[in-house]
Amino acid sequence: MADQTSQLIEQVRAAADAGRTLAIQGGGTKAFMGRAIEGDHEVLSLAEHNGIVSYQPVELVMTARAGTSLTELKAALAEQNQMLAFEPPVFSDASTLGGTLATNQSGPGRPWWGSVRDHVLGVRLINGKAEHLRFGGQVMKNVAGYDVSRMQAGAFGGLGVMSEISLKVLPKPAMQRTLVTECTEAEALKLMNQRAGEPKPITAATWYEGKLYTRLAGAASAVEAAAKAWGGSDLDDADLFWSTLANQQHEFFNTEQPIWRLSINSKTPELNLEGTKLVDWGGAQRWYAGEFDWEQMVSIAKLSGGQVSLYRGGNRNAEVLHPQAQPIQALQQRLKASFDPSGVFNPGRAYSWL
Amino acid sequence: MQTSTARTAEQFAQRQSLAQRFAEFIDPHYVIADEETLKPYECDGLSAYCEEALIVVLPETVEQAQRVLQICHAEGVPVVARGAGTGLCAGAMPHSEGVVLSMAKFNKILEIDTVSRAARVQPGVRNLAISESAAPMGLYYGPDPSSQIACSIGGNVAENSGGVHCLKYGLTVHNLLSVQFLTMEGELLTIGSEGLDSCGMDLMALFTGSEGLLGVVTEVRVKLLPRPERAQVVVAGFDNVTKAGDAVGEIIAQGIIPGGLEMMDGFAIQAAEDFAKAGYPLDAQALLLCEVDGTNEEVDEHIAAVEALFHKLGATSVRTSQSEEERARLWAGRKSAFPAVGRISPDYYCMDGTIPRGQLSHVLLEMQKMSDHYGLRVANVFHAGDGNLHPLILFDANVPGELERTEEFGGKILELCVEVGGCITGEHGVGYEKLRQMPAQFNDAEIVQFHELKRAFDQKELLNPGKGIPTLRSCQEYRSLDMNITPNATVESQQDTKGATHG
Repeated sequence: MADQTSQLIEQVRAAADAGRTLAIQGGGTKAFMGRAIEGDHEVLSLAEHNGIVSYQPVELVMTARAGTSLTELKAALAEQNQMLAFEPPVFSDASTLGGTLATNQSGPGRPWWGSVRDHVLGVRLINGKAEHLRFGGQVMKNVAGYDVSRMQAGAFGGLGVMSEISLKVLPKPAMQRTLVTECTEAEALKLMNQRAGEPKPITAATWYEGKLYTRLAGAASAVEAAAKAWGGSDLDDADLFWSTLANQQHEFFNTEQPIWRLSINSKTPELNLEGTKLVDWGGAQRWYAGEFDWEQMVSIAKLSGGQVSLYRGGNRNAEVLHPQAQPIQALQQRLKASFDPSGVFNPGRAYSWL
Repeated sequence: MQTSTARTAEQFAQRQSLAQRFAEFIDPHYVIADEETLKPYECDGLSAYCEEALIVVLPETVEQAQRVLQICHAEGVPVVARGAGTGLCAGAMPHSEGVVLSMAKFNKILEIDTVSRAARVQPGVRNLAISESAAPMGLYYGPDPSSQIACSIGGNVAENSGGVHCLKYGLTVHNLLSVQFLTMEGELLTIGSEGLDSCGMDLMALFTGSEGLLGVVTEVRVKLLPRPERAQVVVAGFDNVTKAGDAVGEIIAQGIIPGGLEMMDGFAIQAAEDFAKAGYPLDAQALLLCEVDGTNEEVDEHIAAVEALFHKLGATSVRTSQSEEERARLWAGRKSAFPAVGRISPDYYCMDGTIPRGQLSHVLLEMQKMSDHYGLRVANVFHAGDGNLHPLILFDANVPGELERTEEFGGKILELCVEVGGCITGEHGVGYEKLRQMPAQFNDAEIVQFHELKRAFDQKELLNPGKGIPTLRSCQEYRSLDMNITPNATVESQQDTKGATHG
């Protein structure tokens, strides 16, 4: 547990002055995501910049250095019967909070409990001019200035080095139950959307190999009533099932094939793609494993109202994130330049042009 | 307090020439260039700040709005986008040499997607109209600012509006899927998607709450939620605010996230009760309204827990709504707190700081001291669940110097909020009104970064100029004048001052 802010600032300043580029790294467990960083670069490590700075359970707010491991955060929260409601994947004990926000990682509860960016209240960021800036804060509502904090979600570190992050945390639900319904993908998609439209305490809906898993969480009486109304068999070891899925250790992810992630309109019917698949987020996130054509996947995602990424494997030197319209691409380049004028941080990690 | 400066002959000529050009493609009735018709547009919901626009236009199509922007961009004319004009920070106050682009005619709900629970709407659609249209399908739109019968969704996006249900259902930023907007150059862009996230940096988050400085909203896709089976409200009186504040923390510590959790102080209770006859306990020094929503079973369980907790923590009265009518009546007092306070004072000024809840007693005590110092009464209405404080300072603008004292008092309250770890605005925005307090929350390097970010969208800085982010020079002036606190981060690098000439 150490505050290495001044060393981090120095490293950024030195790199910017010398015209070198930096690869920002936490625990390195998400190195497989995004593109391979181009050219020679030096690693800027946040692994030792860790520790919980403040945690006030009654305020539902936690602030931690970006290099703090998710394992540490979850343990501290569990002592107070609270949780990170966005259910970030914990690939290993090395996985950090900073990396989770930079890559915008959220688990099965995301449609109901919100994503990592939804829980961000503020960040401290070292920009490309080696200035240590603070955006947002440690309160639930704050609309002063542009929302640079939540903007970091999915930026793959291209806008700066996050040094500290403040999050909203939530109490753990009093009770959870998971219902299993045997059905086809088409039936599951229908059921997922239907259930999400009912005022019941649903917090996850996933389909894999002929089974729909619906998680209920909340007041015990409400969970029982919803379970009775919807039916299905109870899943034993439900906590293990959901944490395995959140951590991407579910058997779907145990493959040498490239893994594709489609984030689309939840009502999109079953996609015409061969390969292993897993439907999550009540239909709004579709995972596929297999060799697919990039252009074809992009076109399917567009037709489904959403976007695709080549999440793991395949050619990491080509584009792996959904293409952006030309004016949006130009806008993102100007935004990147406004934070990182000499292009120090993670060049090409998100897109070849960024 | 803003008075229009006399216009030069050159400005009148420019008004004529622009009006003629706009009238070539917009119905001339909706190109407003005469002083009398311009009058209603000179302020938003914060009428203390007024300015006459050069011209107001009300386009009816995206193409018309696009051409207005293209012309203004080419001519270097500032543009202020306007929704329903209900904002509370003078964010939609016109620029004296600029065009007000009213989006009021974009009032159509384009699509309600009942299966994936979303609505695609034009920016001028009223917040409440979305929920009303979705109601037959059992759905509604979450954020419910107090102005929801009038405020438009485009304005909600610009301000990242909140409301009384934020703690559980989030702000505008948590309830949007995509936004289509026009840049100052007139380029039509779409960000977000029909899915829950998009690749790359989160432009949706950046755009939401950008106060009309980055683009003009032309279409929004919002999430819809299933309407809870039931909602019930528990109203509890306490003999001091500290006890009420502790009760808020205790509810959350029990793992209950109420749909709404509001607090009013003695002064506000009195005013609201006189006005709305909600049945509030007049002997209480603090009142909590705790609304629990969800399934029937959940509400039963949580209401019992909340009632027990309030009794345990020494509430002087506890009352739970037994019908929808009673619930509405209990809320009516809270929802009419502003006009109720308005009735007992010629004018009032509403502040919007957010604080960590644990600081509530300290902040209220300090505010009482300031109230004595300035000789101005203050009533407090508080989104207690998320720490968003709305002190209402009572004053009389006709008494010379009172408005200025009120402004100073308000500024001190916001600085106090920052001092205890909070912020200067929780949901109303900075606009023109809170520019002066921005340097209390942000240092020079952060202000410069904001300006550079703005220029990535609007190189010529023509969209809503002079709002949201102060110039670096004015920050330095404010600090040297009367700032007694340091902004939340120390200035690590003072060498970069190139932002000083911009903004």
